[in-house]
Amino acid sequence: MHIVVCIKQVPDTKNVRIDPDTHTLVRQGVESIVNPFDLFAVEAALKLKDVNEAKITVITMGPPQASEALRDVMSRGVDEAILLSDRAFAGSDTWATSTTLAAAVRKMGDVDLILCGKQAIDGDTAQVGPEMATLLDIPYATFVKAIDIPDTNHLKVSRQTDEGTEVWKIPKPCLLTVIKEVGEPRLPSLRHKMRAKKAQIPSWGIAELGLEPEEVGLSGSFTQVVRVFSPPVRDDRVIIEGTVAEQAEQLYNLLKEAKVPGI
Amino acid sequence: MDYFLTEEQKMIQELAYQIAREKIRPVKGELDEGEEFPWEIMTVLAQSDLFGLYIPEEYGGMGGGILENCLAIEQLARECIGIATSFAASGLGAYPILLHGSEELKQEYLPQIASGKRLAAFGLTESGAGSDVSGIQTTAVKDGDHYILNGTKQWITNGGESEIYSVLAITDRTKGPRGATFFVVEKDDPGFSFGKKEKKLGIRASSTRELVFQDCRIHKDRMIGREGTGFIAAMKTFDKSRPGIAALGVGLSQGALDISAEYARKRVQFGKPIISFQAIQHKLADMATRTEASRALVYATARHMDMDPPDSSKVAAMCKLFAGDVAMQVSTEAVQILGGYGYMQDYPVEKMMRDAKILQIYEGTNEIQRNIIGQELNKEYGRKKDTFF
Repeated sequence: MHIVVCIKQVPDTKNVRIDPDTHTLVRQGVESIVNPFDLFAVEAALKLKDVNEAKITVITMGPPQASEALRDVMSRGVDEAILLSDRAFAGSDTWATSTTLAAAVRKMGDVDLILCGKQAIDGDTAQVGPEMATLLDIPYATFVKAIDIPDTNHLKVSRQTDEGTEVWKIPKPCLLTVIKEVGEPRLPSLRHKMRAKKAQIPSWGIAELGLEPEEVGLSGSFTQVVRVFSPPVRDDRVIIEGTVAEQAEQLYNLLKEAKVPGI
Repeated sequence: MDYFLTEEQKMIQELAYQIAREKIRPVKGELDEGEEFPWEIMTVLAQSDLFGLYIPEEYGGMGGGILENCLAIEQLARECIGIATSFAASGLGAYPILLHGSEELKQEYLPQIASGKRLAAFGLTESGAGSDVSGIQTTAVKDGDHYILNGTKQWITNGGESEIYSVLAITDRTKGPRGATFFVVEKDDPGFSFGKKEKKLGIRASSTRELVFQDCRIHKDRMIGREGTGFIAAMKTFDKSRPGIAALGVGLSQGALDISAEYARKRVQFGKPIISFQAIQHKLADMATRTEASRALVYATARHMDMDPPDSSKVAAMCKLFAGDVAMQVSTEAVQILGGYGYMQDYPVEKMMRDAKILQIYEGTNEIQRNIIGQELNKEYGRKKDTFF
């Protein structure tokens, strides 16, 4: 089984500030990390490999320094990595990103399963996974918390929804986006770390992927970020104290005062 | 400071500290409080390949030496030397097999220890034999192809948790120091059981128990080396393992310094961060200087010993002695800098101070280390041709 994991290098949002004047992210001096949800996708792939014959390839679209993110997950046991990097990719929205990632999967050809994190912690769109599946014309399931292999042609997956857990049987090849319940990401091992350090990571651009410049990057994007700002700080907060019953009563009165519909 | 470590050695440091930060830091308080053996951390360490650092590649290890092992131990010790002791003690148990075991014993046990699938332990100390190893009472009596072990070992680190034990027993009392022999005993061997688990001042996440042998039959193939080589094997093992104990001290000192310096920068009294006061600065300066000095001594000793010098007892004792004393001083000062907060269990330094004390006691008390150094000096100067008097 060939599993492809898509990852993204993101700023460590625990340490990100928003510039109060320009309302943009202050990226200077902020450490880059692998999107935490993507680490769950890596863990899901490694778990499948623990008990099945599998090869895991990790891909990311980004500048040359994104290869650090690839080496990070290789040090945890991923077999191979490919960097998708080209000046033409700059300014990609989710659609242009999905176009690029899908082209890489097509080029590999023999892919049985694509795993993504449920969303990235910087953009928070959760769109790239489903868009890729649509472009590749394969089935997909989102918010997956467990994956089983019932037979050679299918996967059995559990999806976490607001209503409960859905269990799906889904034919391969397919794409899954996973949530943290798939398992805590394992740490690197020294052998894999040494292998990752020495690995030659191929870099594919539009030429290798057979894409036209207008399909990718800013020109291949349907959306554009016009402005990024932090929401105004709200200072009208009320802290309710007392026993649970007292708190409930106070909350009810406050909601009533605020004329919340249905109260 | 740049210690000219290789790419690979830096990776070991990085990986060991990642484990310390991400896995040990969140649970160390709980494990200390509950005196719970850190099995989850041992599993992580096993997956990380760190158990095999000093074991040759042909036995499933990483083919490094004492320095590589010390680098890993130091980084783990920055967070908890109870957990790091459990890790290091497996190495202590492995060394007699590695240094003196038959090819068959090495093939059988070293890959299991290197992969971390099974932990090892070292069984020497008894109630009447601590600093004075010659007081050992546990006997191994030959009976055909077997030896029958009887006796009780005390305060054995990883006791009850490890599956592989290197145990020293008297095979011929008339031969004195040449009458002791090491045997490999497995956890489920008939006649082998465990006594009470000790409650300790510090390193409470590590397990310390009695090993009890009652007519425990061990096949002669599990004898380590030839009969009578036990004391030599024990001394050689200690030479190899003492830099690791010193590395625990370096890591603990660094951890205590890190917390103290950060606290001193943030804690405001009399309108200023307390690091601006000379009384605190001088404490931090001494702590940092001693920590760096012990690190430099440990790394230099480990490198020297990895060249396989004919005699390394003096330097091994020196680094264990120095780094252990420094860890006690530095962690005590850390508690003083944090003041009332330092004394409280909500802050991590009181545990460091409790933990540090063991570094002056186990694997040969620091008084015994001074004896070793003194005796070696006497020998060394006795050989000198160029004299002053």
